[in-house]
Amino acid sequence: MAIFLTKDSKVVVQGMTGSEGMKHTKRMLASGTNIVGGVNPRKAGQSVDVDGTDVPVFGTVADAMRETGADVSVVFVPPKFAKDAVVEAVDAGMPLVVVITEGIAVKDTAEFYNYAKAKGGTRIIGPNCPGLISPGQSNAGIIPADIAEGGKIGLVSKSGTLTYQMMYELRDFGFSTAVGIGGDPVIGTTHIDCLEAFEADPETVAMVMIGEIGGDAEERAAAYIKENVTKPVVGYVAGFTAPEGKTMGHAGAIVSGSSGTAAAKKEALEAAGVKVGKTPSETAALMAEIMTSL
Amino acid sequence: MDLFEYQARDMFEKHGVPVLAGEVAETVEQAAAAAERVGARSGGVTVVKAQVKTGGRGKAGGVKVAKTADEARQHAEQILGMDIKGHTVNVVMIAQGAKIAEEYYFSLLLDRANRNYLAMCSKEGGMEIEQLAVERPEALARVAVDPQMGIDEAKGKEIVDAAGFDAETGAKIVPVLQKLWDVYREEDATLVEVNPLVKTEDGEIVALDGKVTLDDNADFRQPDHAGLVDAKAEDPLEAKAKELGLNYVKLDGNVGIIGNGAGLVMSTLDVVAYAGQDHTGGASKPANFLDIGGGASAEVMANGLDVILGDEQVKSVFVNVFGGITACDAVANGIVGALDKLGDAATKPLVVRLDGNNVEEGRRILADRNHPLVTIEPTMDGAARRAAELAAK
Repeated sequence: MAIFLTKDSKVVVQGMTGSEGMKHTKRMLASGTNIVGGVNPRKAGQSVDVDGTDVPVFGTVADAMRETGADVSVVFVPPKFAKDAVVEAVDAGMPLVVVITEGIAVKDTAEFYNYAKAKGGTRIIGPNCPGLISPGQSNAGIIPADIAEGGKIGLVSKSGTLTYQMMYELRDFGFSTAVGIGGDPVIGTTHIDCLEAFEADPETVAMVMIGEIGGDAEERAAAYIKENVTKPVVGYVAGFTAPEGKTMGHAGAIVSGSSGTAAAKKEALEAAGVKVGKTPSETAALMAEIMTSL
Repeated sequence: MDLFEYQARDMFEKHGVPVLAGEVAETVEQAAAAAERVGARSGGVTVVKAQVKTGGRGKAGGVKVAKTADEARQHAEQILGMDIKGHTVNVVMIAQGAKIAEEYYFSLLLDRANRNYLAMCSKEGGMEIEQLAVERPEALARVAVDPQMGIDEAKGKEIVDAAGFDAETGAKIVPVLQKLWDVYREEDATLVEVNPLVKTEDGEIVALDGKVTLDDNADFRQPDHAGLVDAKAEDPLEAKAKELGLNYVKLDGNVGIIGNGAGLVMSTLDVVAYAGQDHTGGASKPANFLDIGGGASAEVMANGLDVILGDEQVKSVFVNVFGGITACDAVANGIVGALDKLGDAATKPLVVRLDGNNVEEGRRILADRNHPLVTIEPTMDGAARRAAELAAK
């Protein structure tokens, strides 16, 4: 098992024929993902040779789903067109849409998120995220597949590179699934969604949760953990030294007044019984300790 | 990007939100001349308002009523150049005087937790809304707004009813809220706040003060927004970095930071600060945030180093890269290329920590080059300590 993405997942790529889309389609294929097609209305009916694999291009997401049974879409479409791409996938009834694109206007995200929510049936991950990987099974996004193998740790993170760092530090144990949920102010899948899924996943025995300044998602996750999570959780929060009112790279990473600080998040997590590491390495060490004792 | 009050006022006017006349002035003479023109609409009375992107300017003496143009000149003389919570007043707005009967509050903002928008409205405007929210939460109505539906007449009515307005006043406010929704939606705002929204003695509803935050990610479809940037307040290094397409935030420490990925860079700042506390008695702190993103070509690395070395406070530089998509050999070549490119301009020690994709090759390239300024450290924590120690020397 794993969460959201398994060996049976059939993946289409929206924006596959663009440079980023093509680069990462190659990487996903190389890591064993079952890529069943790409979507580009201007190249419908053609097929693209991706490092020796013939990948068909469909005109619409609906066509791709009908022809291939695809159940995951990975979106590399540029920010300007990303909302339309997601709405198209939602309209087609795509169960999982992973939005890698960075720099989408928050209004567009708010609109497509609420559109999907009202329609039902689609989970959105991202935007501005590295996607998710269930090592050894499938890889939907840009997380390097060779950092860690399959295992029993579940990972959820707002940050891409901290995901890689944590997977690297815990590579001796391996991961059921690692989900990069993204650093934008509005995201489709939250820490809580992932914690809930990991709690229900029989393969996952412990979880690492990585947060950062901005919003109160970590505080809400802490409250959720306290009430609902029985498996051990280790946490890390980035941005203790971030000044107030400055956006730190991620559009959502901003301390506004006294809200969204790393200190408040750490405190909330610790109050919920989550061990919080001071650095990524210390966090990994806390998880290693748990994994060794289980 | 946060706007100045006068910019918000202009934006409101553009979308049909009722506002009072106002002109900006950067000098005392301009202020006096503006007061002559603006005051003509309100029996000579004007309000001289400091334009700063922070709250509490009234308390700080940055907002003053003038009965004559001469009095406005005197106020402007005091207010221009004033420091309000670290913000220097370079501009004042000379606003038309108003006969205020009642003061209300309205704001519309992005609700991150619920992933929609939130309208807040109160009959008790004028004061700090955070204070009202704490002291009398029942007086502050909170109504969820669907991003796809926005504030139509029915939603507007729901908001004024929740705030407890009488039918007559509520009916006058609803169309103003609809216009404020136009501002929010059409300008790609993440915050539109009116405090106070007033009823004048004549019974008119007017937005007397406005605060607007715009979404930088929407700049591609908002070409006018570039003109709203306050170039004067921009840190020169931040401005330079922006021109070079780098994601840089200036801080006040002495350890320059370069990393890839926003989360990892934020984490790097923290780890350097801890190392400073633990090993240099707090003498070393991060000097900046700089995320070079996925690509780390020699050019990007050289640009990044160039900006960081332009910061006179910087005593050492910590390059912290986890090669995910980026290969470490490319990063190492980037560093070597940057140092060659900078030549004698590179004078500060560089501590480099590389991990991930093709790390052995990356470390080998740096080792082979054996540049006198470069130290390679195997771990992030160790490298942070080394960089902190070098900065404290």
